[in-house]
Amino acid sequence: MTDGRGRAGLSLTARVLGTVLVILLVGGLLVAGSIWWNTRAAARQSYDRILFGAASDIAAAIRIQQGTPLVDLPVSAFELLAQAPDDRVYYAVTGPGGALITALDPAHTVPAPDQPASAGATFFTGTLSGEEARFVRLSRSFAERDFSGAVEVVVGQTLRARNAMTTDLMLDALLPMAAAGLLLTLLAALVVRSALRPLDALVADLSRRDPYDLTPMPAEALPRELGVMLGAVNRFMGRLDGQVEAMRTLISDTAHQLRTPVAAIQVHGESAAEEQSEEARERALARLLARTRSLRTLLDQLLSRALVVHRTDSAPRTPVDLREVALEVMERDDQSVLRPEAELRLRIGDAPVMVRADAFSLQEAAHNLLNNALRHGQAPVSIGAEQRGREAVLWVEDSGPGPAPEVIAHLGERFNRSADSREQGSGVGLSIVAKVASAFGGRVEMGASETGFRAALVLPAEEEHP
Amino acid sequence: MKRLIILLALLLAPVPGAAQEATAQFGAGETPFLIRSTTDIGIIRPVMERFAALSPELAIRYEQWGSNDLFEISRADCQEGRPPADAVLSSAVQQMVWLVNAACAAPHRSEATAALPASRRWRDELWGVTTEPAVIAYNAELLDAEDVPRSRFALLDALRERPGTFRGRIATYDIAESGLGYLFAYSDSLEATTFGALLEGFSRVDAVATCCSAEIISGVAEGRYLIAYNVLGSYVASAGTPKVGVVLPEDYTLVLSRGYMIPRGAAQAGASARLLDFLLGAEAQSLLASAGLVIDMDAEETGLPSSARRFIPLSPVLLVARDPNRRALMLQVWSESFRPAGTP
Repeated sequence: MTDGRGRAGLSLTARVLGTVLVILLVGGLLVAGSIWWNTRAAARQSYDRILFGAASDIAAAIRIQQGTPLVDLPVSAFELLAQAPDDRVYYAVTGPGGALITALDPAHTVPAPDQPASAGATFFTGTLSGEEARFVRLSRSFAERDFSGAVEVVVGQTLRARNAMTTDLMLDALLPMAAAGLLLTLLAALVVRSALRPLDALVADLSRRDPYDLTPMPAEALPRELGVMLGAVNRFMGRLDGQVEAMRTLISDTAHQLRTPVAAIQVHGESAAEEQSEEARERALARLLARTRSLRTLLDQLLSRALVVHRTDSAPRTPVDLREVALEVMERDDQSVLRPEAELRLRIGDAPVMVRADAFSLQEAAHNLLNNALRHGQAPVSIGAEQRGREAVLWVEDSGPGPAPEVIAHLGERFNRSADSREQGSGVGLSIVAKVASAFGGRVEMGASETGFRAALVLPAEEEHP
Repeated sequence: MKRLIILLALLLAPVPGAAQEATAQFGAGETPFLIRSTTDIGIIRPVMERFAALSPELAIRYEQWGSNDLFEISRADCQEGRPPADAVLSSAVQQMVWLVNAACAAPHRSEATAALPASRRWRDELWGVTTEPAVIAYNAELLDAEDVPRSRFALLDALRERPGTFRGRIATYDIAESGLGYLFAYSDSLEATTFGALLEGFSRVDAVATCCSAEIISGVAEGRYLIAYNVLGSYVASAGTPKVGVVLPEDYTLVLSRGYMIPRGAAQAGASARLLDFLLGAEAQSLLASAGLVIDMDAEETGLPSSARRFIPLSPVLLVARDPNRRALMLQVWSESFRPAGTP
């Protein structure tokens, strides 16, 4: 568990950091490429200017002496070229028709590419004794009495200084960039780690937890994104907690509720067995039967309650017409068992009374309300459904005065059997109603009505769909 | 038939029309090592002997050449792909710069070469190994101390005031024959306007342009020449004659550093690099100093202000000196001022 968590945490950090690194690397490469391009252009431009300057110097030093062009080669041109101190140089001056006037090495001249007619100075690359070099060609036209035509100057230089300048400029630009990249990577690592720290804390909290501790985890100091996740976890834990609680309740209720009736049954059974007189045994058997029947009802109610609790948590909510619930409950013939003589009335209107809930749970609630009315109230008993403004009401009414107010105050409490511990009254029925009401956002209302005592399940009405 | 033999002889000769002036052998090792140099064997002998002792595996053949011939054979070796010498040492550094520029040299880097100032190193393919001023030499017996010109201006004044005394008794290099003489004359032509005046002055007293340092110095020693202009101080020092005095011109003194180059494709390039490092080392430098090839140019030693020192830097700027047009112009001006040695 610890290992898995560690690996997961590391992999998230590594993933984010890796992405950051890739972005930095790609960005760095792009910037480096652009720097390289620019510095090369800058070096080329500045050294091309030197070449051009030297060629211009030489061209300016051409003079015509007795009809022949002559170059008094200027030292300044070579001092200019010596700005690239370690580069080899080349020069050649030719007259019309390519006749050589002077050259570094008259035996070896570099052929220049054909010049476009309009160009003043053209630059070209070639080789100078096996080394790559850059050349400029410049021509100067003469129109003297004894000489007319163009004299062409070609000056060249190897590329050492250019390349050195490119490298220098590159390094000058790249070193700070590399430093910045390193710094950014460090910052990114710090940021990622601090961003993931709440997650680590969360994971640590979860793993430290008692397995039965389903209380929500604190979400105040968390980033919003984690808050969402934690909310989901907390909701899930809440539902789990509800289920566990329901289970616990069921078990404890069942144990609590069953203990007394089962003990009574045991007593009645024993007395029936010991009873000598036939008549007394008959009576004991009858009591035994009544107790057993009551126990069955109780069991039904407990199971129904457990089912309702479970369904309110898990069953999907659908639109339900409360009139149909009332009708359904009416048609069960429970009252024939409880109070066969009692009159039962259904009071529903024409309009549907819609809520969004679980039909089964509602039926159980209504069934329990009805049973209570039949058992404790006075006939006639009515069941009905109606819409009251934004609320939908499912109610059961009997014609009696209802229980005393102090009893009403305690109605629905699960173990409320102290005041009225007759075998039929368990309090479980009303607790089902209360559970259903709270599950679907409603409440239970009890009180005297015009014609008797009314117990009602009030739920928010479902907006009617056109 | 006779023609054919001559033709054959011409073909068999390494470079027709060019030949070394003298040769010497140092060491008796297995590996042949050829160095071509313009430096007189007699002057450089102690240095070469010491190197031969340090490298017993080498059989060093030292060839002494005239600078122009040395340049021609080196260029031919390089451009025609013949096996070159293992090392070339020349005082005509403009020719060495030309060879390096023509990609005829191999690079070498070491602590010793890196310690050289930029003016004595080019492309790590050419190195200046000596320090030699161009001086005015004079015959100390025939010329009074107060009459010795201390600068070019003083020399000009002397030529103007006493043309009779100096007629035919001023000597300098024949720049057509001597690469070094050409280099000095070219450097003078860049330095100052005195160059034109000097040529004019030389012309007026029928100065002699002749070949070779040794010959000029001996001429001064013998009294045939009173003054020799722009000769290498090293030859005066090594001649060892008290009759010859030396002046470092106070207006400016050219300082030459002989150029050492390892030809590209040299069979013994490693040994050649070792020789270079040896020459630049303290031991060889002190040997060269006692041979007069390394002169301490500090102001305390020479009395010459640093502003008057003109080192001839090893740089592509020297290519101008070798330009055919420029050279033709120089030679034209020169030949109008001088009569060849020996003619009246």
